[in-house]
Amino acid sequence: MSDWLSDLIFWIVFAAILLGLRRQRIFWTVGALGLLLLFNQFFTPGFFHLQVLDGHLYGSRIDVLNQGAKVMLLSLGMVLVIATGGVDLSVGAVMAIAAAVSSRLLVTQHLPAGVAIAVALAVSILAGAWNGLLVAGFGVQPIVATLVLMVAGRGIAQLITEGQIINFLDPTMVYLGNGHLLGLPFTLTLVVVMLLLTHFLVRRTALGLFIESVGDNDEASRYSGINAKQVKFLVYTFSGLCAGLAGLVACSNIKSADANNIGLYLELDAILAVVVGGTSLQGGRFYLVGAVVGGLFIQTLTTTFYAKNVSSDIAPVPKALVIIAVCLLQSEVFRTRFARVLSPIEKFLKPVGSWLPRHLPTTARHDSPKS
Amino acid sequence: MPLLEIAGLSKSFPGVKALDAVDLAVQPGEIHALMGENGAGKSTLIKVLTGVFPRDAGETRLSGQAIAPKSPREAEALGISTVYQEVNLIPHLSVAENICIGRQPTWIGTVRWGAIAKRARAALARLDLSLDVNRQLSSYSIAIQQMVAIARALDVSAKLLILDEPTSSLDKTEVDELFRKLRILRQDGLGIIFITHFLEQVYEITDSITVLRNGCRVGCFATKELPRLNLVSHMIGRNLGQVEALEHTRASTATIRSETPMLEARAMGKKGSIQPLDLDIRPGEVVGLAGLLGSGRTETARLLFGIDNPDQGTIRINNQPVKFRSPRTAIRYRIALTPEDRKVAGIIPNLTVRENIVLALQAGRGSWRRLSITEQEKLADRFINSLGIKTPSREQIVRNLSGGNQQKVLLARWLATEPKLFILDEPTRGIDVGAKAEVEKLIQSLRQDGLAVLFISSELEEVVRQSQRVVVLRDRRKVDELTEAAISEQAIMESIASHSSERPEA
Repeated sequence: MSDWLSDLIFWIVFAAILLGLRRQRIFWTVGALGLLLLFNQFFTPGFFHLQVLDGHLYGSRIDVLNQGAKVMLLSLGMVLVIATGGVDLSVGAVMAIAAAVSSRLLVTQHLPAGVAIAVALAVSILAGAWNGLLVAGFGVQPIVATLVLMVAGRGIAQLITEGQIINFLDPTMVYLGNGHLLGLPFTLTLVVVMLLLTHFLVRRTALGLFIESVGDNDEASRYSGINAKQVKFLVYTFSGLCAGLAGLVACSNIKSADANNIGLYLELDAILAVVVGGTSLQGGRFYLVGAVVGGLFIQTLTTTFYAKNVSSDIAPVPKALVIIAVCLLQSEVFRTRFARVLSPIEKFLKPVGSWLPRHLPTTARHDSPKS
Repeated sequence: MPLLEIAGLSKSFPGVKALDAVDLAVQPGEIHALMGENGAGKSTLIKVLTGVFPRDAGETRLSGQAIAPKSPREAEALGISTVYQEVNLIPHLSVAENICIGRQPTWIGTVRWGAIAKRARAALARLDLSLDVNRQLSSYSIAIQQMVAIARALDVSAKLLILDEPTSSLDKTEVDELFRKLRILRQDGLGIIFITHFLEQVYEITDSITVLRNGCRVGCFATKELPRLNLVSHMIGRNLGQVEALEHTRASTATIRSETPMLEARAMGKKGSIQPLDLDIRPGEVVGLAGLLGSGRTETARLLFGIDNPDQGTIRINNQPVKFRSPRTAIRYRIALTPEDRKVAGIIPNLTVRENIVLALQAGRGSWRRLSITEQEKLADRFINSLGIKTPSREQIVRNLSGGNQQKVLLARWLATEPKLFILDEPTRGIDVGAKAEVEKLIQSLRQDGLAVLFISSELEEVVRQSQRVVVLRDRRKVDELTEAAISEQAIMESIASHSSERPEA
């Protein structure tokens, strides 16, 4: 298939998705991702090039999906934590712990990969539960509670690896971060499965409602009979699990456990992904898919800088600027103030999209009068 | 010449005309009541006047000068100060800091603390009040905080003072104190706009009344010449007969289902919260809990709902001894409570009407047995219709509803759980006359359905009208219990007053 044809199909599909989302909160997140991709379409030669090798797809967009898996996994846990009005700063350190535990068991204990993975995930869940205990059980402020593990976690990981970088060649472990399934990176499957699982966990049960309720008004939720402590404990524990998975993917990517660098600063990327995805740091309403798309956006940004040979020393500056722009686009205040500039875009979108279903829940308008 | 003159002021929001060519004139040295139901446009009028919202049409003159403030700050600079319903101060700062914040005297960039304290004392002196201005604001009662808010408003050489529901969290003595101060200010020639839901207060303090309904001005009247019933009928737009009927319904005891109490508390109490008391509530009975603010009414409700745990005495539900560790346990025994403070402990502001209504029922079912969206929608629609909740749709964010409608959403949340005992803590506070009547009617119909109701209210006439039995609290102690014919405002006030006249802590 020639490149221009596959590009065309890609953009048609993308535009259709964007139109379908135009009344949803994540419209702006997906739109921002689209703009970034559009930039690459024109200014980054080869960014849209796809090729098939040994039945596997390769290309920059595939790289983005593969490399972005870690932040996307983290953001699934992070978005729930943030929805309860908290934050989990320890996910990067928990990634390092998971990586250390699994490779240590694999290399020095010679345990099968399945066992190593299971134990690493169990330890991550435990780490998350610890955060949950501090926040829900003892009422420690989330930032402080998770800061403890953020700092101590890397030390724990160092203890486990005895300060060494542990290399491994176990095929199962290597497959996790480098393998392919149906021509696509296995990590993509992992993200999709986790997204579906999380969606089921929070939206097919009432947990999502409880999380939003606790995040929006803790006290009133308690009066309504919601077990706010249990809800908080659960989300931190779940965030631990997500961090563990991300940690396994991260060490599999580089076929070694480097306790000092695995997951370094990724907690910040995960928080950004959640915010870019439309969830407020104040808690309450959360957007699961938004957070994942936010993670994808941040990875696309990073990959774009690589592709444009922006030195990694100064890359954070343009990155920050782009992220500020995305956050401004989501801000209702900003949008009303700059309505004159933005309305032609909306006008352009309206007739194109008027045939689409209208039942999607819209974001709230806060301008209806009170007495 | 009037101090403030508003002519033809209009303001529209998408889909609603919130103000339609409203006129208002306030004279210097006048206390002017702004009356109307929730949603009548009172708050919008104030917000347009003080520059929170831009206006669509009309003009405003202050002392003859046309003004158009673009922000509350600008309005303040012009001499229009506002004190809002919820005290808008910072609890952790000192009184002096609260009075001067945002306009603190400085000397080359550093704050002059001495000058701040002096200025704060001067501002308070104008209200005939002397406080330790260096103490943290939250260490004073709500009433004092309210005074500090007024002192802050006056500190900017105000010509016009707007008080939005200043008395909703004050008790009788505190209200008297506030009114005494307002009279001082009136004598100083200040114009005061006074917004309240309490009719007695309007008649006690104001000189004239402007009534709004659905964004239109119904009329401006001299307070002395407007009979109470006429005022109410102007506000709700119904004729006098209907209003009178409402005032004269008096609950009868005919509905009490059995003499065995649904809830039976014996010597239940908690140190520092409420002295041990006995309380029975039978199915089909409304028990009123009367007393001044801070007399232990809310504390009693908190014990019965498991928010606080009693450290002595017993509670029996249907003759079974029970212990509530949390509201969740109480809910399992089919107890419901709408809290006194709707904003803090009631509504989940950013969730939709539907989500707010299903919340308690869903919480009782746990997270696995989720109500399907269709079930949730059915439930929400049922209550929106039966309670007459005014909302554009069930997916509207609750924060955007008016106070009365928020209260109805809370009632719906609990009715959905089909409670056996309903504790209503100030269910009619801050809601308009029409909604009040509806809430009262609802309570009566609950009673007829055999529910046990504990009704807490600061408005004695309401307690008298609603209850078959009234428990009177004072100083965190039960001092009296009145039944049937013995219930009257007079009797309740006497039993509050008869036991020493020491003031309770607020």
